[in-house]
Amino acid sequence: MSRSTASDIAAAVRSGATTAAAVLEGHLAAIALREPEIHAFNLVLADAAREHAAAIDAQVAAGDDPGPLTGVTIALKDNMCTRGVDTTCSSKILEGWKPPYNATVVDTLRAAGAVIVGKTNLDEFAMGSSTENSAFGPTKNPHDTSRVPGGSSGGSAAAVAAGFSQVALGSDTGGSIRQPAAHCGVVGVKPTYGYVSRYGLVAFASSLDQIGPFTNSVHDAALLLNVIGGHDPLDSTSIPQQHPSLVDAIQQGVEGLRVGRITDLPEGADPDVQERLEAAFEALREQGATIVDVTVPAFTFGLTAYYLIAPAEASSNLARYDGVRYGMRVDAPDTNAMYGATRAAGFGEEVKRRIMLGTYALSAGYYDAYYGKALKVRRLIHDDFERAYQTADVLLTPTSPTVAFKFGEKSDNPFAMYLCDTYTIPSNLAGHPGMSVPFGTGAHGMPVGVQVLAGTLQEPVMFRVGAALERAVAK
Amino acid sequence: MSARISATDVAKVARLARLDVTPAEIELMTLQLGGMLEHFADVDLLDLADVTPMTQPYPLTNVFRADEVRPCLDRDEVLAAAPAAEDGCFRVPPIGGEG
Repeated sequence: MSRSTASDIAAAVRSGATTAAAVLEGHLAAIALREPEIHAFNLVLADAAREHAAAIDAQVAAGDDPGPLTGVTIALKDNMCTRGVDTTCSSKILEGWKPPYNATVVDTLRAAGAVIVGKTNLDEFAMGSSTENSAFGPTKNPHDTSRVPGGSSGGSAAAVAAGFSQVALGSDTGGSIRQPAAHCGVVGVKPTYGYVSRYGLVAFASSLDQIGPFTNSVHDAALLLNVIGGHDPLDSTSIPQQHPSLVDAIQQGVEGLRVGRITDLPEGADPDVQERLEAAFEALREQGATIVDVTVPAFTFGLTAYYLIAPAEASSNLARYDGVRYGMRVDAPDTNAMYGATRAAGFGEEVKRRIMLGTYALSAGYYDAYYGKALKVRRLIHDDFERAYQTADVLLTPTSPTVAFKFGEKSDNPFAMYLCDTYTIPSNLAGHPGMSVPFGTGAHGMPVGVQVLAGTLQEPVMFRVGAALERAVAK
Repeated sequence: MSARISATDVAKVARLARLDVTPAEIELMTLQLGGMLEHFADVDLLDLADVTPMTQPYPLTNVFRADEVRPCLDRDEVLAAAPAAEDGCFRVPPIGGEG
């Protein structure tokens, strides 16, 4: 069942060929079987999902149309607010917190007929590339449980790969959708900054965060983005315009499109990953695309700029966890002592490291030397991409330099972990969209993802290329 | 040991961040933060004098909503999520050591 497409499922439930309840039970059975081993979820919402599925079936029976995602199951990264339902960000500091409101995407999905099956595990506050930074234990890669699923949205990627839900949502600040998608062999999309509302997404780095889908197919990703994309008056950074249908866009092939190869891309991809990238170029050429060479000189500075800008924004955003308004508190005789003790007990090691780095980069005397310069580098990266997109419609890179690694392999060395995001980070800094499409397997039989990058709001052309890669794999 | 950040800096930053740290954490963070800042040496070599900083990825200008009363979050529901509340307010320990 999990390999049907979301539109097939919605059509079958709408026509009465199956029920939302039956679709849901299929996924709950998969969860019962493998979730104890995988740990994709912080919370499975079986009762609420059954109730919602029954309501959808009643709507269909009454002749109503619940929407384009009728009966489609979805898992949500546990940094999206769900009213009255625990939202932890996989952090002890928010354990037990029940938000008093829904994220906009939660309301939009429900209004489209989707059934929320649970909240998925992540690296604490979305900071990490393996889910090893979760306060509630890591998620295992369904393809090999001795390996990480990637991160930070590892739970969402694993949930889709294991058939626990038809689709899932994650958030991507520096690669947190695309990298786990690549490691788990599913499609993952980070849309243009502002394409999807961030209202109710717990903020990590506000100028970089973006919500996007995990799916088994490019078509499902297009369908899901058609539903959740668009302007939201509650998010002042959401782009005030309607987006064209991506489902329509993927009907077109890639004949005549210019696919860019970045000749000065930072080295470091393993040979098995590089081999899949070359095969992807060849597959697109065979389908009528032209391969062109481009340079993006500032690409190589992405990692350095990101690891000042993202922690700087995080240190500011995470100041709100102070034991006053929500989450845990460690009692102390005065407020300052209470803040310090609460935050020391509530945050994990990686979150503390980034808060410290960000606070330092923003502090008096260092602001211009670090944060100010990083913002200038961000401009260089953006402008270099824009130049490249004058000669190429899309760019192709590996999503991650390696296949999914073993638990513990990089957890002692923060910088080695950060290198996982070398190829995904620059598009977050530029605000551009990117997607990872599964493209065969590499070392140890593990999935490899190829990344398609495009300019601002160029999702239609990016999806056409993604669909072409998928067709090549299917052959 | 990196010249970019000292243990004294780290202790000061921890105070600014309202984060209690142990001496062992200060030692480890001095090493790790210093190591990460070392990577910034590449950026220091760039000529950035004429580059405009980029603070947001999509050019939008601020807009103000109409100043009208609208529905908002339920106070009791919000306070129920707080570690301590009293008389419709968040309750905190004494500020600045006052009783």
